[in-house]
Amino acid sequence: MAVSEESQHLLFHSHVAFRTASMPSEVCEVEERKRENIRSLSMCGHVGFESLPDQLVNRSIQQGFCFNILCVGETGIGKSTLINTLFNTNFEEHEASHFCPNVRLRAQTYELQESNVRLKLTIVNTVGFGDQINKEESYQPIVDYIDAQFEAYLQEELKIKRSLFNYHDSRIHVCLYFIAPTGHSLKTLDLLTMKNLDSKVNIIPVIAKADTISSELQKFKIKLMSELVCNGVQIYQFPTDDDTIAKINAAMNEQLPFAVVGSMDEVKVGNKMVKARQYPWGIVQVENENHCDFVKLREMLICTNMEDLQEQTHIRHYELYRRCKLEEMGFTDVGPENKPVSVQETYEAKRHELHGERQRKEEEMKQMFVQRVKEKEAILKEAERELQAKFEHLKRVHQEERLKLEERRRALEEEMIHFSKRKSSCDIFLNQSFMASGSNIKKDKDRKNPNFM
Amino acid sequence: MEPLRRPLSPCSSRPSSPRSPPCETSVSVGIEAVLDQLKIKAMKMGFEFNIMVVGQSGLGKSTMVNTLFKSKVWKSSLPGLATPTPQTLQLHSVTHVIEEKGVKLKLTVTDTPGFGDQINNDKCLRPLDIEFLQRLCRTVNVVPVIARADSLTIEEREAFRSRIQEDLRNHCIDVYPQKCFDEDINDRILNSKIRERIPFAVVGADREHLVNGRCVLGRKTKWGIVEVENMAHCEFPLLRDLLIRSHLQDLKDITHNVHYENYRVVRLNESHLLPRGPGWVNLAPASTQQLTTPAPLKVRRRVQEDPKDEF
Repeated sequence: MAVSEESQHLLFHSHVAFRTASMPSEVCEVEERKRENIRSLSMCGHVGFESLPDQLVNRSIQQGFCFNILCVGETGIGKSTLINTLFNTNFEEHEASHFCPNVRLRAQTYELQESNVRLKLTIVNTVGFGDQINKEESYQPIVDYIDAQFEAYLQEELKIKRSLFNYHDSRIHVCLYFIAPTGHSLKTLDLLTMKNLDSKVNIIPVIAKADTISSELQKFKIKLMSELVCNGVQIYQFPTDDDTIAKINAAMNEQLPFAVVGSMDEVKVGNKMVKARQYPWGIVQVENENHCDFVKLREMLICTNMEDLQEQTHIRHYELYRRCKLEEMGFTDVGPENKPVSVQETYEAKRHELHGERQRKEEEMKQMFVQRVKEKEAILKEAERELQAKFEHLKRVHQEERLKLEERRRALEEEMIHFSKRKSSCDIFLNQSFMASGSNIKKDKDRKNPNFM
Repeated sequence: MEPLRRPLSPCSSRPSSPRSPPCETSVSVGIEAVLDQLKIKAMKMGFEFNIMVVGQSGLGKSTMVNTLFKSKVWKSSLPGLATPTPQTLQLHSVTHVIEEKGVKLKLTVTDTPGFGDQINNDKCLRPLDIEFLQRLCRTVNVVPVIARADSLTIEEREAFRSRIQEDLRNHCIDVYPQKCFDEDINDRILNSKIRERIPFAVVGADREHLVNGRCVLGRKTKWGIVEVENMAHCEFPLLRDLLIRSHLQDLKDITHNVHYENYRVVRLNESHLLPRGPGWVNLAPASTQQLTTPAPLKVRRRVQEDPKDEF
């Protein structure tokens, strides 16, 4: 949990870095003290602060511990089984299919308790690793996941009101990389993945299903290690700077990668039930050091170096991420002319810059808006003018038509007048003739009238 | 526990809610060993502790510190004694490393000569003291102490203590151990007992005398020897136990998780204002040779989560 974080903050001070291989830590300390003008005092009685480590331990017990393991390996290589065996618990995991289109990560958190120590254990498994035909991007989801945890932590750290002391640390403390027991060499996928992970997480490579190779094991281990070294992959080295554990850690470093066998099945051997895998030709005992390196792995991972793994994650991998991220954001410790720059100054400068940027953008948008309005106005005006022109045109046409019609009406009226004149003069003439002729003409007239009218 | 967060992206998910209640591992896995790992690391790294003593000069602050840590933290006669009291406030720090049974402790003691002389709280706490205590309690863990308790009888001591406790209560001065940080019932019981006895009446002494065949630390007077570590005589053992044997880690935790975080919030929010807001006391800078801790109100160049700048 936040234990290592706590310890960091309370204990990690102006001492030189832990792993200066050249100087023993004692000499560093004394020099440090001299520099700081600190005297060593001798006391003439019992003060009682030897209880300090216990006070610290009690505090940690109260808070609980937190440990996050990432297991990377092909489907079916035995990741879940190994974890179950390591922690002697059957964590519920169902078998994954081989048909995932891309690599995913699945995380589960469990609470374990051993006497008075509470451990919040998070297991992250890769699902579908190595199953695709195109494995170029297989490592990317893993890298993204690790970065995401760092990012979450960084965000919490940068908050104004933060609560780091009860933050559930989800950063991966160790990556168990499962190598298939082919007996030949590292697969390209493995090499590529480890190369991309070694600067982000502590990698402990293990040879999975080690009961399938026995005599060629040593050669295989040597081959693997030399390949890793040749390609510059930085795997986790068990620390050798503390005298109490230096020897055993150094010995274990020689035995990497650990060849492990996992099993939760119990088989009777002698008069005890032990975890083992039963074959027709024999029984592979998990906790037998002659059979496999499981016990070594458990020793190193949990009993001896859990704390160191957490510490390295925090002070090396996380710090690297943090540094890169902050530099990306534009923060530096040293400004131009090599003068130290405080975060505050950088922040102010950035704020100013962003403020100016925003103003500029506002101006731009305003201009654009004005421009658009003008354009629209112009278009509308143009349309208006067109309409007006059309209207005028139509009016003119209409006017012309009207004039024409007037003309024709007048012409028609004239014709009518002319006709009625002729009609009346005809009538007068006919009346005169009738008076002179008598009734014969009247019959002709009657006969003619219907024709005439 | 803080609720776990939502997943960040479809492929990568943060841990889901914890499953069943904690599983007991039947066979020892070795998780317990992490405690030893912690201890080893702690022993290697050493511990730090920073104390500031405030009070009238002549009350025996230096002697008290010497008695607490059983060593000559302060030289008993300060070189500047002949000079007049400085008009402005000064901070004066010394750092030592002491070791006990393999545990190294880097101890920094800061003195404030010049301030205490304006305090005269023989009878009760005056407004200046109240104000001062109120502000201090918001920034740091304060443990009030009745000095020179050998000039008070037991009855006078109890009366004085009640008066002080009442004053503290009336003015809402939250001294250490603060009630609000009691985590569980055990803490509360333990701390209540301590709170009843605060302020401790202490006597400091750095000389040893022979009493009943035993060699004890004490002050020799004409009417008897005041034994420092005798609970019947004074409450020094309580103070020592509180500060060193039981609550040292807690003091540091509260400073780190509460006081520093509060400061950080204020500081980050005010980042656009002048570094010194109204009401901040203007302390004259101490000489660089003596000062190992930065003067608390100097403008920090780095607002980083760097623990070494905290104290």
